[in-house]
Amino acid sequence: MTQFDQELDATGLNCPLPILRTKKTLATMQSGQVLRVIATDPGSVKDFDAFAKQTGNELLESGEEGGKYYFLIKKA
Amino acid sequence: MSDTKKLAIIATKGSLDWAYPPFILASTAAALGYEVQIFFTFYGLQLLRKKLDLQVTPLGNPGMPMPLGMDKWFPVALTALPGMQGMMTAMMKQKLKSKGVASIEELRELCQEAEVKLIACQMTVDLFDFTPDEFIDGIEYGGAATFFEFAGESDICLFI
Repeated sequence: MTQFDQELDATGLNCPLPILRTKKTLATMQSGQVLRVIATDPGSVKDFDAFAKQTGNELLESGEEGGKYYFLIKKA
Repeated sequence: MSDTKKLAIIATKGSLDWAYPPFILASTAAALGYEVQIFFTFYGLQLLRKKLDLQVTPLGNPGMPMPLGMDKWFPVALTALPGMQGMMTAMMKQKLKSKGVASIEELRELCQEAEVKLIACQMTVDLFDFTPDEFIDGIEYGGAATFFEFAGESDICLFI
């Protein structure tokens, strides 16, 4: 599994909170660092893709593990 | 001119269900790097009050799901009965909470943190005899021309 610098637990939260928390957490990180986000909102799968495209933070990896979605985002 | 994208929203509704779209869209757009302004007019001013008392009404709203399949046998006209609105509002709040949906207060704070500009329509503030101390801090006041100054150069403009 890809290494990450920080983790954000957004389980149980619904749109738009996972994206808002991610944005906030990324703001505290250094460029090039990787954030791992865990979410349970099924809508977040498309949303994180769209977030990455629009903000320029790269979505390195995403997937599902035991009913939870995870995303690895590299800060631009 | 910067190449920052801009979103302009007019919020005109003051019920709990209609309070979500402007704050969800504004906070998300801000997270995506948009510059955002929301212009609150008419009943939309309710969304700027310090103490929010937003309600959702089943009255004349046949699309609203009722608990326990009540809508199958409960005529819409009876939703005018006293207490129904309070009951449905409490039910809706409970549902929002259980599904991990943010409260309006929380989304509004997130908007303010993200520097979404909240503008109260001065004309309707006067019309309804509101005073600035009834509204949250950090908002601005303006008229239609103020709105167009920003909306005229916006990429997306929504009337909600």
